[in-house]
Amino acid sequence: MSADTGKHFRTPLARVRGRGAAKSGTEDFWLQRVTSIAGVPLTIAAIIIGMLLLGRNQAAVAQILGSPFVAVTMILFIVCIIWHMKIGMQEIIVDYTPNESMKLTLLLVNNFYSWIVGLISAFAILKMSFGV
Amino acid sequence: MAETRSLERRTPAARPLSPHLQIYRLTLTFLMSGFHRVTGFVLYFGILLVVWWLFAAASGPNAYAKFEWFIGSYIGQLVVLGYTWGLIHHMLGGIRHLIWDTGRGFGPQEREWLGAATIVGSLILTLIVAGISYLAMGGPR
Repeated sequence: MSADTGKHFRTPLARVRGRGAAKSGTEDFWLQRVTSIAGVPLTIAAIIIGMLLLGRNQAAVAQILGSPFVAVTMILFIVCIIWHMKIGMQEIIVDYTPNESMKLTLLLVNNFYSWIVGLISAFAILKMSFGV
Repeated sequence: MAETRSLERRTPAARPLSPHLQIYRLTLTFLMSGFHRVTGFVLYFGILLVVWWLFAAASGPNAYAKFEWFIGSYIGQLVVLGYTWGLIHHMLGGIRHLIWDTGRGFGPQEREWLGAATIVGSLILTLIVAGISYLAMGGPR
């Protein structure tokens, strides 16, 4: 420890605060907890909404999904779980991918997939909401 | 010191690897941990079903009819049932992890109980959701 501090002038605390070259570390961990807490009530709400819409025709489904309360709930659900699943899949990719180029490719695909799926869902809900 | 380290990195020695999954006894917590990751992985693709539903409903009657045809088929119903179970199981497993995040529930009985509650709870809740849905769709025909 003393030999370590002798090499540079920064205190151990300052170096810890710098968090090394990555400059971040626990953001994904924390966001995974945040989205999991929010995800519980939102998932229950989404399941109930899905059950209430069973067997109805397209016009009725679009009208109900587009009504303000349901639309906002569904958008929150989509944003929350897609954020959550993006971080989760990222964790799986970095855990199991042996080589660097494949890891990078899969991380890119994960990013694109999450954004595309999220935007399609949000667009569909907004379209039903604004009725265009 | 720095020079020897970089030399070592250039030629990685064939060192023995630590043992993996195969050496551990199968326990409920082990199984539930794996199942949490597996359900998460499957739900990642299962979301496409929700996206299809939303997009079809936004597109119009023809698109929605195609979606309904798939959902009404035996495979479609199986997929929806599986997705629902996966979602509920992952949700309960997540609650278990949140309890652990507070530092509680690690005792030998508590962790067994939480594991059992996850699997039994998810099955019961899925059956309730499926049962209500079945009756809402007109029950036995």
